[in-house]
Amino acid sequence: MSVLIYAQNWDGKFKKSVYELLSYGKKIAENNGTELIALSLGNVEKDELESLANYGADKIYFSNNSAFESFDNEIFTAALKQTAEKVAAKEIILLHNNEGKALGSHLSVALKAGFVSAAVALPESYSPITIKKKVFTGKAFAHVKVNSDIAILTLSPNSFEIKEIASAATTEEMNFTLPTAKTKVESREVSKGKLLLTDADLVVSGGRGLKSGENWGMLEDLAGVLGAALACSRPVSDEGWRSHTEHVGQTGKIIAPNLYIAVGISGAIQHVGGISSSKCIVAINKDPDAPIFEVADYGIVGDAFKIVPELTAALK
Amino acid sequence: MKILVCLGNVPDTTTKIKISDNKLDATGIQWIINPWDELALTRAMELKEDANNLVDGVSVVSVGLASAEPTIRKALAIGADEAFRIDCEPTDAFFTATQLSLVAKDFDIVLTGIESSDYNGISVGGMLAEIIGSASVSAVSSLNIDADKIIVSREIDGGKETVSTQLPVVLTVQKGIAKDPRIPAMRGIMMARQKPLKVIAATSTANLTEILKFEMPQAKGKCKMVDAENVAELVNLLRNEAKVI
Amino acid sequence: MNFEFTEEQLMIRDAARDYVQREAIKDVLERDEKSEFPAKHVKALGELGFLGMMADPKYGGGGMDTVSYVLAMEEISKVDASLGVIMSVNNSLVVWGLQKYGNDFQKDKYLPALCDGRQIGAFLLSEPEAGSDASHQHTTAEDKGDYYLINGTKNWITNANSASVYLVVAQTHPEKKHKGINAFIVDKNSPGISLGPHENKMGMRSSDTHSVMFTDVKVPKENRIGDDGFGFTFAMRVLEGGRIGIASQALGIAGGAMERAIAYSKERKSFGTEISNHQAIAFKLADMAVKIENARNLCLKAAWLKDQHKPFGIFSAMAKQYAADIAMEVTTEAVQIHGGYGYVKEYHVERLMREAKLTQIYEGTSEVQKIIISRDLLHD
Repeated sequence: MSVLIYAQNWDGKFKKSVYELLSYGKKIAENNGTELIALSLGNVEKDELESLANYGADKIYFSNNSAFESFDNEIFTAALKQTAEKVAAKEIILLHNNEGKALGSHLSVALKAGFVSAAVALPESYSPITIKKKVFTGKAFAHVKVNSDIAILTLSPNSFEIKEIASAATTEEMNFTLPTAKTKVESREVSKGKLLLTDADLVVSGGRGLKSGENWGMLEDLAGVLGAALACSRPVSDEGWRSHTEHVGQTGKIIAPNLYIAVGISGAIQHVGGISSSKCIVAINKDPDAPIFEVADYGIVGDAFKIVPELTAALK
Repeated sequence: MKILVCLGNVPDTTTKIKISDNKLDATGIQWIINPWDELALTRAMELKEDANNLVDGVSVVSVGLASAEPTIRKALAIGADEAFRIDCEPTDAFFTATQLSLVAKDFDIVLTGIESSDYNGISVGGMLAEIIGSASVSAVSSLNIDADKIIVSREIDGGKETVSTQLPVVLTVQKGIAKDPRIPAMRGIMMARQKPLKVIAATSTANLTEILKFEMPQAKGKCKMVDAENVAELVNLLRNEAKVI
Repeated sequence: MNFEFTEEQLMIRDAARDYVQREAIKDVLERDEKSEFPAKHVKALGELGFLGMMADPKYGGGGMDTVSYVLAMEEISKVDASLGVIMSVNNSLVVWGLQKYGNDFQKDKYLPALCDGRQIGAFLLSEPEAGSDASHQHTTAEDKGDYYLINGTKNWITNANSASVYLVVAQTHPEKKHKGINAFIVDKNSPGISLGPHENKMGMRSSDTHSVMFTDVKVPKENRIGDDGFGFTFAMRVLEGGRIGIASQALGIAGGAMERAIAYSKERKSFGTEISNHQAIAFKLADMAVKIENARNLCLKAAWLKDQHKPFGIFSAMAKQYAADIAMEVTTEAVQIHGGYGYVKEYHVERLMREAKLTQIYEGTSEVQKIIISRDLLHD
């Protein structure tokens, strides 16, 4: 028996979220006295692959098969299913991102295994597995019991501490029997070098209080000094001041950075749903009664157009 | 080409969630179509109304008891041609997906919202595709029909991909698929009376998960206010107290 | 008795709410400030079917009942009473009047465009010397054989500039007094019609109000509504229904103010707690809620009677008088709850208070409503 994590790569590199999965999976494996298996699909250099061992993987399975160059639900599901069966995985742990969510749901049917998304902590019990997860977009938690032998989880980002544990992992190439793809990636546009909102530890976010998309310069400056990603509230993306890919909230992206700075955001309940798991929230708003202050750790009441440049200067 | 939109019935996004007796306290909750499902329906309507119309019909399906019918009829008022209600309380995602498969297998394009804003999670679309054995793409932010080819774009980290897919296909859609949800017009509300709403008996299936209890997040400590004239103090607090920068 | 709304009525209420909360709210303050007509919202409401929502579907109407109309008017006026009055005039006065009393030719010609918002209508009754008193019309419509020749001035005309279709009340046979009055469908572009300046109003500033001058305006005979001398009855019947629209508008204004007052009182703190925890504020809110519920019940009763084809004129007068008066009270208290913030425009409640005032005045002042109600009581 084993714990299986899927180590997704981005152009051949892993991100810290993958190491978070390993640290989390390792704890479960230690508890159960089982092995932690990492599976990597697609072209990843040997050194990078072996980095998985630094976070407790006992075995690293990989495949450089070109079928994994772009994501396809059926093909990746087939690979995960075959690996899970080979290693008798009892817990399968995935990233809580688009790929992870899709794979979890497909695998759940393929393996007849209960799927719990957005887990926020280690299981509370192991047979059966019960685990705490977010529901109602973070407005509440539920304790969920898995009724099957195998449990599939996605781990809510930033919920578990990454811990380096060197292990002498073996690596082994897998040969999968893969179906013919029914989908085909025709083209791909990726803006390189841009810090992704969902990866960012620090986020600077603007709301309607900024009055116009032209006023984003000062937020860009602040984000630049901090090395933070930019985000916005729903009215801002609805007005077209910023791209909807930056919209954070219940119907946009759900994020959990270490620091979230909300500038000119009143803090509607839908917005708060998207940021409530942030470690530290700073609110800058001219309205002392704005609900954002109820969820913020630090607040400044005042004119954002004066405070933000001062904050940027103070950080320099 | 026939499109099916799966509708979830969820508490309004402005709802303050209250738990009593270990369940969601339904008092005072306004139930709405899951916002992502509503956007999926909007896109389906746009495709049907398109001049090069290749869509023969738009149907909607929901798993729920009779209390879910107002939401279903709203979809008919917005313009769906027919509706199905699978008569049971949706429990977990696998159960719901299994029920949906009763209807979904007869359609070319099945749309589900990427996430339901309640507890059924994000999984119904993927599970449904796996059950009916169709192609599937998730995180879809645009959908176009070009002759017989289905072209979608999906969000990937830092960008997007354009993907073509075979039919039938289950698409899990997200923001961007359509701009605003539609408001039903008087004419549509009137016509909804005559449109078929078929009630289908549920199939028996297992629940792979169950919710044991709910828990409310811990109340945040008080917000520490910093004087607007002393912005440097904020930097100090973030560095030395919160230790986040 | 049954106080439940149907699913359809609720769907209409929600559609109205969704539209104004999503769209009209965005520029309502700016339009109030600039006194700007909400052309794009009128168009959108027309496309959604709100401008002819009770008319027969064969003319492109919504075929909905008056109860639905009350619910829609309330939601729209919570956000934007100007949009409410534009809708009320078009629905209850112009479209309803034409559908009820027009002939087939007139209905086929005018109703479809009035129902879907391609055109809107205006109702021209008030005159400089007699507000809504239909029995003393100084405007004349002289019978010239093939046509009528209209001369005179109408005042306080809602939609005067934006409307394409005017329903004009004028005196044809002065010796017959109110039995000599006629109502006409007049194309706004007819030669001889001129508008006075845009009235710079206290509230409802986004609806366009002008006086309208008629100088030898020729109107074809076929444009007269009903038999010769029907105009006074026409105006009275139309105003009976119109009162339901204005009562619902006042109800919405009050409801909008209460919603804002509740939200504000739960956020704003004084003496270490939210002000909603002070009894002085909480009781004000309770008083508002009772008044609004009473007003809503009166509106719905009048609407229900109308839907049952029963006499409703007294109830629509009660609804209008009561809803308008409590709208004034509730909005004033809502400003009070907001304190200084209530007195600045950004918080909406001062605007709602200005709007409430007009509901006590137009389409029959509160005093006129009391005349109607008391006459009925004292009538032997």
